[in-house]
Amino acid sequence: MSAMRFLKRGLSGLITTASGAQIRAAGADGAEPEFPPQAIYYANHSSHLDFVTLWAIMPAELQPRVRPIAAADYWGSGLKKSVAQGIFNAHLVHRYKDRPHTRADESATRQTDSGSSPRSSQLTGMTEILDAGDSLIIFPEGTRGPEDQVAAFQAGLYRLAKHAPEVPVVPVTLKNLGRMLPKGESIPVPRLSQVVVHTPLFVGDETQEAFLTRARAVLVDELQAAEGETP
Amino acid sequence: MGLIDSTVLTLFICIGGSLVLATIIAAILGFANRGKTNSTLRNLNQRIAAWWAMAIGLAVTLLIGETAVIVLFLVLSFLALREFLTIAPTHRSDHKTLVWLVYVIPLINYWFLWEHWYGAFAVLIPVYAFLFLPIRNALAGDTSNFLQRAALIQWALMVCVYAISYIPAIMQLPVMINDGREAAEGSPLGSGGADGALLMLFLIVVVQLSDVFQYVWGKTLGKHPVAPSVSPNKTWEGLIGGVLTATAIGAGLWWITPFTWWQAALLALVSCLMGFFGGLVMSSIKRDRGVKDFGATIAGHGGIMDRLDSLSFSAPVFFHLIRFFFTT
Repeated sequence: MSAMRFLKRGLSGLITTASGAQIRAAGADGAEPEFPPQAIYYANHSSHLDFVTLWAIMPAELQPRVRPIAAADYWGSGLKKSVAQGIFNAHLVHRYKDRPHTRADESATRQTDSGSSPRSSQLTGMTEILDAGDSLIIFPEGTRGPEDQVAAFQAGLYRLAKHAPEVPVVPVTLKNLGRMLPKGESIPVPRLSQVVVHTPLFVGDETQEAFLTRARAVLVDELQAAEGETP
Repeated sequence: MGLIDSTVLTLFICIGGSLVLATIIAAILGFANRGKTNSTLRNLNQRIAAWWAMAIGLAVTLLIGETAVIVLFLVLSFLALREFLTIAPTHRSDHKTLVWLVYVIPLINYWFLWEHWYGAFAVLIPVYAFLFLPIRNALAGDTSNFLQRAALIQWALMVCVYAISYIPAIMQLPVMINDGREAAEGSPLGSGGADGALLMLFLIVVVQLSDVFQYVWGKTLGKHPVAPSVSPNKTWEGLIGGVLTATAIGAGLWWITPFTWWQAALLALVSCLMGFFGGLVMSSIKRDRGVKDFGATIAGHGGIMDRLDSLSFSAPVFFHLIRFFFTT
């Protein structure tokens, strides 16, 4: 194990301890979660802690081949860029600047759940990562929202799943991270968080809308099921 | 070494011996029930492991000195706050107030404690923090459920920080008893010596044993719940049996305290009763929030607050009874 890898394991342990993350498979029996060797991981997004925590809980042998997708407008410059790329192995993408994503228009897009069309250049980088056999961590809402809500999904998740239909799409529900470091705050408040890893989805003969609705429902159901409930 | 003299060592040998005995009994029970999954037995093993950790943690920090003990309880307060804030229904607009609650006030509180500055320690949280936190919350501008939110934040501080910090504060009592309150103010670190350590251990041992014997008596004889809607496991049989047993043990431990046997018994009795009520109050919070334990900080054992609930209620009362009746 190289020194960098050793450091990354140490950092992972530190992040997991600091976020008090309890990692479990979906369901009440408290089973150990399964991490497929290659997967498209997607999760609800309410905090900067989301992507570091999801990276940190990855099994040691899989972590080097997991690429979190991060927004270039936030992570793309200076120290943040070196941290995101150098340590977390992030792939930076430019977000949809043409379509401001707000809560107000969520109800309008909920009927279709289709989101807007991602620019093709944006997806090219991600499909290349999948083609190379690596995994992705993406946040299909496109931006951070309030802790207990899941905004309409962008279409990217569907496109990626269609591009590599044999790669499992693994839903991950992140709980309490948004309460620890909500959008707009810079100092996290300590709480215990939970990372719930669900049974993988595969895209079938279904429309983009149907798949995105199904994918989003997994996270919404898990967040609602556990309202006010912690380990 | 540190705050440990021959009496403290004897006490720790007694504690270690009891834990060895408990471990052996649990192993025998495990052997007798081998092949079966027994949740009571598993819980027993987890509790024994937690007591081992507590005893070793206290012994090591006492060996190093008073600063180490204070740091230990600062960390425990921090972890307790984390558990409390996990289940507490705070608002998004409370965030900046919570940053003060978690990172600033506990540090000042334990710093005053470390300085043996009782006058400041005693009023920092109930006066300054309790007035400051609602002010900070009001400045955040969100008035919805304001009273509940202010109360919740103050209570988190009261239970997780102020009350818990009275446990290491007990170490300062011997100087107050021997030389008076004035002399104790700002006295050097470790001035309580082994006597201070013994007084703190007296409370911890008696209250933890009260929890143990309430559990044992409750499991064997328990029939009539004290507060069935809060916790069906807390029975009158367990309460009376546990508190009386622990009080008797407290009386038997008079030789590690500056008290006569009946004074030690009375202090033990009050502490055990407060400990019971601490557990009852914490159970009410957990029941209200729909959780069984305060998190899983000690894997499978519940959280820090599940172990410290009784001590956090008994320590301030124990401290102030001694300060009122035995110091000048």
